Amino acid sequence: MSLRNAAGIAVLIVAVGLVPVFVHSDYALNLFGVAGIYAIAVMGLGILLGFTGQMSLAQAAFFGIGAYTSGYLTVHFGWSVWPAMACAVLVSALVGVAVGYPCLRLSGHYLALATIGFGIITQLVLINWKDFTNGSDGMTGIPPPQIGSFVFDTYGRYYYLVLAVMLLCAYVAWRIKTTRVGRALAAIRENEIAARACGIDATRYKIIAFVLAGSYAGLAGSLLAHDIKFLSPDSYSFDQSVVFLVMLILGGSSSIGGAILGAVLLWCLPEVLRPLRSSYIMVYGAAVVAMVIFMPRGLAGLLEAARTRFARGTPPPGSAAPVVAKAEAV
Amino acid sequence: MSADAVAAAESGLLEVRGLMKRFGGVTAVNALDMTVRNGDVHALIGPNGSGKTTTLNVISALYRADGGSIRFDGTELLGKPAHAIARLGIARTFQNIRLFGDLPVVENVMIGRHVRTRTGFVGALLPGGATAREERATRDRACELLAFVGIGAAANAQARSLPYGDQRRVEIARALAGEPRLLLLDEPAAGMNPTETDDLVALLRRIREGGTTLLLIEHDMNLVMSVSDRITVLNFGQHIAEGPPDEIARNADVITAYLGGTLDAA
Repeated sequence: MSLRNAAGIAVLIVAVGLVPVFVHSDYALNLFGVAGIYAIAVMGLGILLGFTGQMSLAQAAFFGIGAYTSGYLTVHFGWSVWPAMACAVLVSALVGVAVGYPCLRLSGHYLALATIGFGIITQLVLINWKDFTNGSDGMTGIPPPQIGSFVFDTYGRYYYLVLAVMLLCAYVAWRIKTTRVGRALAAIRENEIAARACGIDATRYKIIAFVLAGSYAGLAGSLLAHDIKFLSPDSYSFDQSVVFLVMLILGGSSSIGGAILGAVLLWCLPEVLRPLRSSYIMVYGAAVVAMVIFMPRGLAGLLEAARTRFARGTPPPGSAAPVVAKAEAV
Repeated sequence: MSADAVAAAESGLLEVRGLMKRFGGVTAVNALDMTVRNGDVHALIGPNGSGKTTTLNVISALYRADGGSIRFDGTELLGKPAHAIARLGIARTFQNIRLFGDLPVVENVMIGRHVRTRTGFVGALLPGGATAREERATRDRACELLAFVGIGAAANAQARSLPYGDQRRVEIARALAGEPRLLLLDEPAAGMNPTETDDLVALLRRIREGGTTLLLIEHDMNLVMSVSDRITVLNFGQHIAEGPPDEIARNADVITAYLGGTLDAA
């Protein structure tokens, strides 16, 4: 990463960190907090679909598994939130191994179908396994996380917690993407046969990507549980998986920043469109279709193109080309 | 050459015995025997559909054999997955080029070093130290290899954007990045003009001087005759001749089966 990119990202983080200083509305802070939680789940999907080229329509299922694991351990066993959160990630990861192992022998449409099946099964379990989930009535009384006597019980505080976790997740994804494991994942996406001939155990790496995607979703689910403090199975439907997918495609599937941007934009868009009342879903749908048609590489692709054009327009003496090449390499 | 080295060369780095591969009712490779000696450039030739590419695909485990045996330096290859065979030291290129098209050229070659590098998931999360060192060494080595195959200037270009001949060179650099003992090349000169082919011949000689054994499929007879130490001729999936180029050029079976005329014409 070039110095300029690093500086840009630092400025962005500070700006996002200052939001609660200027925005005091609980409604807005909660909206942004949940957007950040969604961004984590979408980044996870990005590791699987964007980095590795493998489709999953079960991201909401892992989101639910994380949320319910965390909720159950804190409500029924009185665990404190942090170990419950860790357990939520662990359980999601283990389910990821169990589902990924058979499913990732499939590819393309068949893999997508298998993950849809898993997603539907998971939601049915959440509805019907009443001892564990309390069924359609939902799970209530989930505690907020705390450090010592500091409780994350305001929307402002939770906003910072989500921001910190989201940045950590983005960092992990970025490190994976730019080192040997990420290159192996990209090789599988680009040409699986050539990847195998290069000594990459494609099945193993696909399972790793699937488990990472599930873990990110599980962590996001756990964060959501302790934020809204109420769980109901309808939040973890096939529809929700599709929403995660649209967020990712819209943002730019192999871009980490794009995943975050796509999640925030699509999560906040309905709120912006609320004055349109019942016709909002139509406008929302049309907006999504338009964005996918006119920005095939997502928001990230659009921004990169703009930056390339900007760099060409004002070339630093004699070094325009290398700057562009570097930007693309990151 | 010491007595041991002579024995090793005679027993062969790669020994194919009674290899069978069927596709439905078609027998693509029929009881093939072939010995590739250590350090040789070995050519596999034959008419279209004679089973050359199938043989290469079985050796690199993209296809599963229906019988026989392939030993690489004494280790049985049949039954092992493709990535394990790459790990043992067999790299390859493809007839229809298979690059990681969206990635920069240099990263294509870095991926080729997968088997020689270690950084895993945990290493990725710890920047600096061993991870940074390995990352730098991998990139440096990839750049060296790109210079070695003659396209050092293209390191940052998107692989897909390169001209055809250069894409073949990227594939060779990627294959060499894993430091293979045996390199399989499937029609490396296909689509090249005579100048590019001459450059390729020089490159193949330099690779061989580096100690890598080469097994190549090629239709360009000038190339085959000028670089090969030994040639195996296939027809209908069966081995019909094996020997040094001059012997193969005189072999009556080869002339009738493969060329339908005399080799002098080629």
